[in-house]
Amino acid sequence: MRQKIPISVSIVIGVGIIVLLGYFIKFPVLAVMQQILLQWALTLAAVALLVGAINLLNVHFRRVSGRQKNSSYSLILILSLLFTFALGALFGPKSAWSLWVFNHIQVPVESSLMGLLAVVLAFASVRMLRRQLNLFSLVFLATALVMLLGAAPVLGIEIPGLHGPDGLRALIAQVPAVAGARGILIGIGLGTIATGLRVLMGADRPYGG
Amino acid sequence: MSLENLAGSDIAGLLFVLVFLGLMISFALSGRKRAFQPSREIPAFDRLQRVIGLAVEAGKRLHLTLGRGGITGLEGASAVIGLTILERFARVASVSDRPPVATSGDGTLAILSQDTLRKTFKTIGAEGQYDPAFGQLSGLTPMGYAAGTMPLFYDEPLAATVFAGHFGSEVALLTDAAGQNDVLALAGSDSLPAQAVMYATAEQPLIGEELYAAGAYLKAGPMHLASLRAQDILRWVLVLAIIIGAGLKLLGFL
Repeated sequence: MRQKIPISVSIVIGVGIIVLLGYFIKFPVLAVMQQILLQWALTLAAVALLVGAINLLNVHFRRVSGRQKNSSYSLILILSLLFTFALGALFGPKSAWSLWVFNHIQVPVESSLMGLLAVVLAFASVRMLRRQLNLFSLVFLATALVMLLGAAPVLGIEIPGLHGPDGLRALIAQVPAVAGARGILIGIGLGTIATGLRVLMGADRPYGG
Repeated sequence: MSLENLAGSDIAGLLFVLVFLGLMISFALSGRKRAFQPSREIPAFDRLQRVIGLAVEAGKRLHLTLGRGGITGLEGASAVIGLTILERFARVASVSDRPPVATSGDGTLAILSQDTLRKTFKTIGAEGQYDPAFGQLSGLTPMGYAAGTMPLFYDEPLAATVFAGHFGSEVALLTDAAGQNDVLALAGSDSLPAQAVMYATAEQPLIGEELYAAGAYLKAGPMHLASLRAQDILRWVLVLAIIIGAGLKLLGFL
């Protein structure tokens, strides 16, 4: 029995081939079609953002109505979301009120989390040594230490061989780090192509087809 | 289509993709006759397979987070891998009373995660178990996404969490939360800064392209094995090309 290919899969394959060929073959018609399809994708992504925000509201509303653990945080999220949405809808996203909320609430909170991140990373590095004490972990930590110490003069003193354009820090950043990063990026590139081709062939269907 | 119109085309790039496609198809066809296995072991996937089985028995939930990269850019591929893992989660945990949950920092990914779960539950005849809340949007900014996902580690009895997608350094807050709650964290990303952070903070980090091998190791289909084999071959071709190129440059031919 012949297997039917769903319409959604046919659309994905067709659109995928047009967009892919548009990157490689410089043919005017193909370029225009590729541009139109990519613009549609961006518009749909913006709509998805709105749907996602409604989903976020729904999830937290259910947590509050079900009196689940820590639902007070969900209540704060719902009130904040509605308040910010109302501000944006009434006065515009670039109004003084909206900017005040952004500059005096969102930026400080996110900056605090960023500060917390530095502490988390420092503790995580120590925990990593307890979890897996091997050569790679030691090299990782030693490199991190060299890069941190070499970022600025230590108590105003430049350590010879560490700081400066010919120092150890610059050497690590320019040679082994770049070489390693390029190696990893080649692997990621190949993985990305493989994933794209699987979607193009209909073997991977992350769109419900 | 005249040849003048094709000026500036990247024929070499197109040829590379076509060779890749040809290898994948030929390996998929040969794989039907003779099944082959991935050439090397990735301990993280072995551990994940074990934990998935135990999670169902222990009545714990599996969590997958898809990052905040979106699907329209290059970073979308890593999220597609995440959706493949989510499908495996849903299939295995369908008998559990705690279905898997997916979080993301992008609206498109949230919809796709819901769709993947809905489709999988429907396929296995457990459509009644599906709830749109299993695919959640956690936040829209990097820190908002991290802050929105972290409570899951404290409020839900999680057995394992998989990080598969595009992340920034904020992922450290999530992997740390997983570690503090004894949740197995298997983490892979297409982002280099995230990989560095994951190496230090996640229990089972996936380095480089290991994340893209997830489908092959979790038995998501013959095409995953075929594409992994094609990747391995083309990686060696590229390595040889780089070495030969460097040698020729050293000798002054380039």
